[in-house]
Amino acid sequence: MQENQWRPSASIETLKLRAAMFAKIRQFFAERAVLEVDVPVLSQKAVSDPFIDAMDVSYRHYPEDASQQYYLQSSPEYAMKRLLAAGSGCIYQMGKVFRNGEAGRKHNPEFTMLEWYRVGFDERGLMDEVAALVSAVTDIKAFRRVSYQQVFKDYLAVDINCASDRELAEIMCRQIEVSGDYDRDGWLNLLMSHCIEPKLQGAVFIYSYPASHAALARVKEDRHGNAVAARFELFIDGVELANGYHELTDSKEQLRRFEKDQRQRKALNFPTRPLETRLVSALEHGLPDCAGVALGVDRLLMLALTKSSISEVLPFDFTRA
Amino acid sequence: MSYSANQLKNGLKVIIDGDPCAMQQVEFVKPGKGQAFTRVKMRNLLTGRVWERTFKSNESLEAADVVERDMEYLYTDGEMFHFMVPVTFEQYAVELSAVGDNVKWLKDNTQCIITLWNDRAIVVTPPNFVELEVAETDPGLKGDTAQGGSKPATLSTGAVVRVPLFIEQGEILKIDTRTGDYVSRA
Repeated sequence: MQENQWRPSASIETLKLRAAMFAKIRQFFAERAVLEVDVPVLSQKAVSDPFIDAMDVSYRHYPEDASQQYYLQSSPEYAMKRLLAAGSGCIYQMGKVFRNGEAGRKHNPEFTMLEWYRVGFDERGLMDEVAALVSAVTDIKAFRRVSYQQVFKDYLAVDINCASDRELAEIMCRQIEVSGDYDRDGWLNLLMSHCIEPKLQGAVFIYSYPASHAALARVKEDRHGNAVAARFELFIDGVELANGYHELTDSKEQLRRFEKDQRQRKALNFPTRPLETRLVSALEHGLPDCAGVALGVDRLLMLALTKSSISEVLPFDFTRA
Repeated sequence: MSYSANQLKNGLKVIIDGDPCAMQQVEFVKPGKGQAFTRVKMRNLLTGRVWERTFKSNESLEAADVVERDMEYLYTDGEMFHFMVPVTFEQYAVELSAVGDNVKWLKDNTQCIITLWNDRAIVVTPPNFVELEVAETDPGLKGDTAQGGSKPATLSTGAVVRVPLFIEQGEILKIDTRTGDYVSRA
């Protein structure tokens, strides 16, 4: 075992298919005149989401100097939106992102993310384009669309607009034992990730997330008058592959969400990190109406090649890095 | 010693609600925007119950001092079952609750795996195959060696298994202890 640690975790054959997929993705965007960008991987600011932990890196002016804290980016979102506000037009980036603590069969702490923004699109138009991209680079051609509310009805026979927190907790605990207590969002996340996602067959877009799960999506009303997030996710055979938004452009609301995340971090005893106030300034200047999405390229390759673990599609997984 | 939930892996033994449990299937669950969990299928080593539980990745779990040792079955005094470690001659007295259903495969000198928790025997695992003598069965049917059909046979240990019609009392049979099925004549 030890003497094999120098070896790659993917076969050379797989790495050739990986390179071919990268080339097809770049071709897809070239044909659509979407500009490739490469924003910094290392930034003075970090993601605000309480459940994404940025890796910190020390920068020094000279070797024995006191260090300054920088952060490896967990997504290129903030910097790409600053480019959009500066007038870049439609852009994409395919590059490495980093997330602390995320290692497992479907997770590697360093992974390749494809993120793109389309000016003038809403989340529905962007779902169409995500489907077009996935079918251009894999054999996956059929896509289903179902709302967040409907998927809970379909798989758990519960209407989340009526169910109490306690009912959600009971449904969860009937299937899997859970230690600790959660708020409503916590129970919804547990049910989604433990009881629904693993059962999703084929390619399924889930859209209209609860407003409290908006992250950086705008909030709108669905046809029943419920406030929902203009957010979607794509799952393929139960694997979370992409997450997209009709982007929030309101700078004041953006600042409120950052501050809410920071309060939640403090309440959870998680480290607080410097907020990306330059994104708020960019939104103040004006972010064009746009939709954006992030897609896990390693997972896409894993699904396309029916590999059971992400390490099989990476040159060197985290244990060999 | 303790583990954090994200250090869990297959085969690890931990204490859950006071009982030693073995991890059978461990999956890291982390939605892009949600909290991280470790979803585990576990087996309670005392009761045999298999169930699923999900842990927050910062939860900490106490390691269980569980080891498996090869031992030879010696005898029962009617209450306890006595085993010996062949190399050291150490002896362990094991309760019927730890032997469980496997009591029906135990014959003197059978090599078993004993699971010890804090040096107390909690599980007895017999070898996958045992050879046991037929104590009682209906007389065999002559010339019926090729045809199907089966009948019950009581073995020397008291186990009752389905055997082919041609098997006679006094024969030694090879049995798969995992399924309780007759395999062949020994």
